[in-house]
Amino acid sequence: MAILYGQITTNKPVRIISSTGGSRIFKYVLMIDIEKNRPVILDRKVQKNRWKWHGTIVEFHLEGDYPKAMPRILEYLKLTAIVNPYANITFVDPRGRLYRFERKSEEVPPPPVETLPHPHGVDVETLQRIIRSTSCTNMLNFMKEHFHRVGEQTARQFLKFAGIDERLNPKRLRPNDLVDLVRAMKSFNEFLPPDANCLSPIGEDLMRTGILKELEPRFMAVSQRKPSAYSGHPFIVEVAIAYGGKVPTRNDITLYRFANKIPLMYDESGDVSWKILRSINWRRYGVSPGMPIAVLVHLCSTKIPYKTVGKELIADIPEISREILNGIREVARRLRRYLMRRKQVERQRRRLTIFSRYLPKIATFSAQLGGLKEMPDINKLYKRQMVFRDYETGNSYTDGEAFNAEPYKTILVMAKNKHESNSVILRVLGLTGSRWRVLIPEVTLEAGAEFYEMLTKKVRLVKIQVKSAARNKPGIFEAFIDGLSE
Amino acid sequence: MERNVKSKSLDRKEIVLESLEGLGRRFCEQIDKGVFPWVEMKSRSTDNIFYSPELRQYVLGERVVRRSSRIVRHLRPFTQMVWTAYFVKELIQQRKTSTLRDVYYSAQAYDIFFKDQAESDNIITDLETVTGFPREDLNVFPEERSAVFGDLTIEYTVPGYEGRRLNLTSHPDGLMIGPALTNARLVKTGADKVIVIEKGAMFTRFVEERVYEKFNAILIYTAGQAPRSTRYFIRRLNQELELPVYIFSDADPWGMHIAMVIISGSANAAHLRDLTTPDAQWAGVWASDINSYKLPSEGLSDIDIKRLHELSRDPRYKGKLWQREIKMFMKIKKKCELEAFSRYGLTHIVDKYLPERLEELGA
Repeated sequence: MAILYGQITTNKPVRIISSTGGSRIFKYVLMIDIEKNRPVILDRKVQKNRWKWHGTIVEFHLEGDYPKAMPRILEYLKLTAIVNPYANITFVDPRGRLYRFERKSEEVPPPPVETLPHPHGVDVETLQRIIRSTSCTNMLNFMKEHFHRVGEQTARQFLKFAGIDERLNPKRLRPNDLVDLVRAMKSFNEFLPPDANCLSPIGEDLMRTGILKELEPRFMAVSQRKPSAYSGHPFIVEVAIAYGGKVPTRNDITLYRFANKIPLMYDESGDVSWKILRSINWRRYGVSPGMPIAVLVHLCSTKIPYKTVGKELIADIPEISREILNGIREVARRLRRYLMRRKQVERQRRRLTIFSRYLPKIATFSAQLGGLKEMPDINKLYKRQMVFRDYETGNSYTDGEAFNAEPYKTILVMAKNKHESNSVILRVLGLTGSRWRVLIPEVTLEAGAEFYEMLTKKVRLVKIQVKSAARNKPGIFEAFIDGLSE
Repeated sequence: MERNVKSKSLDRKEIVLESLEGLGRRFCEQIDKGVFPWVEMKSRSTDNIFYSPELRQYVLGERVVRRSSRIVRHLRPFTQMVWTAYFVKELIQQRKTSTLRDVYYSAQAYDIFFKDQAESDNIITDLETVTGFPREDLNVFPEERSAVFGDLTIEYTVPGYEGRRLNLTSHPDGLMIGPALTNARLVKTGADKVIVIEKGAMFTRFVEERVYEKFNAILIYTAGQAPRSTRYFIRRLNQELELPVYIFSDADPWGMHIAMVIISGSANAAHLRDLTTPDAQWAGVWASDINSYKLPSEGLSDIDIKRLHELSRDPRYKGKLWQREIKMFMKIKKKCELEAFSRYGLTHIVDKYLPERLEELGA
């Protein structure tokens, strides 16, 4: 598509250099014969591959309105980087600016495996093509050889169902017979469902890596649905939800769509995922308008059911939309748990702030009212302890002052990185018995970021540890621990 | 006929102070024991306000609310109350007084915030409920003032005036019933009754016409609905000096109610005692007077009639006189003001109406 567009706007050939890492490198210069839809090879070279180089280089020219298209192009690259976190992407734009999307994983998902068509997904055209090239001379072998998940027994059952003689030579089927055969294939229910082994989904781990790398969310949930099939085409739906960080804040939830690891950029509102996203009552998941939330939907299939030739929007196939809906629901439920917990922590934080403001005054005025010289000790009820004050972080963990947690039921840890650019990493430990255990594992605090969390486990002492996120780039750290005996 | 009376104003302050300090010590003990300080008080919500026929006033029922500093939404009012208790304790110790508005502003100097005066007024009412003392005992007074005139000698107890005596006929405009008068000792009087008047013009007329001499009365001007310090003062005249009290107000449901609040108190003050004068009498102007004295009148408005219906169901209005007059209002559908007597000359009310009415009431 891109090459074709380049040729009709600039009439320049495309240069392709490729090698699989074997002994030779192939270099082609070619154009497309648009009428016949065939390549016209202008130049062709084969070189020795001395350095075992492998890869593909495609060079072509095309005309475009870059200032107008720029946001879309950058968005496309960002989305590509999310679903291909093992790829380094470098882009030098027409203005000479360099954009780099660095890989965050060395792991590549297994490539797709070639597979036979499933009888449910075959049309007359495909059937004709198979018959033309087959070497089988009877229908029984034909069915076994050319179709996915059809064995001897299934083939026999099917031919009986279709009323076709097992010994019939497939080349002797007439056009009308072909139509009947396709119809029978579609209505025969005993074929085993297609196997999804041929597909190459991204996988939950890589999806997490990609989202973390490009969106840096405060929360995310990823779900790979079980393989399923529609009309004989196996498919896998992968869904993710991300909250906060670099996720854009819009009135609506941001939707990122992918088909076989390709971002879909246009005609969003006609897409099945968009419709499903709209049909969900998000308030039930604790989501309110204006929250920075993105939903990612990846459809991986041997055949993506595009609605139009533009290949930008996916049709509403019941089997697929069911998987997308359930997938979104599943990650949304996990988001709800996260949001509810944040709400609870936020409520506790506000509550403790109120105690910290009023309890000392109650103590002061009670003492003066009672004509007592000494103030009563409110630390039994509520205590706020500063454990780090404007501390410059080092390359390895430093302990903060320990906080005696025993008298308190509610304990809140609050921290802030006051540095303008450097990040810090903190963790929270609790002493139970004579062992320090990690209560909150590594949390990265970017410049200016705040952190607060409630401790749920009963411990004797609590301490915070902090270090710089990057070597010799200290942050400025401040932390409090609050305890309330309620 | 002069009598010397003993005032209980001074030792009462000691009791109030002790009660406030006790509250402070209690909170400190609670904190030291690791308990979030709390206090209990009777609920002032409408479903806990009952009319007591024995006391002849509204009282609070048995329902108790606990205000505890362990509850987040109580923290602010609790802190405000502790501060207010501390503030009034200082007032009492330094023998100073303050107004409701002044308390609201003073709080800011102590880093205590009230969002408006209604909030601080409400906290003072809480403190009244907790301690059982009216705010006048806590040396906090409202702004509105009424006046008194008559043969009564008082002795000041406020700083700088201790022991100084004053006869309340000494100023023809009357004397303002403020903190100094409220806290004064009542020394002696030659009067044998108290006449309470709602309207300023009538009060002045009564002074000019020497009603205090002719009828041997102490005159009190309430300026509309009587402030609590005035109600408290009327009660003292009735209880300490054993003087009968006669109340004159406009002949309409609102005038009736001014008299009733002096007699039986209001629902708002159900948590307090000693503000009512149950033996005081509503002396006029009655609905029946409009016809018998041929007074110029106006028709009752819809709101007046609605109010009359409310009053007819009010337990405080069970008495025969009240029910009779409510019915009369409804029948003639007329109302008039105290000033209506002026139609027959400036002295008519004093020469004719007042002696007739007082005689009728057995004074």
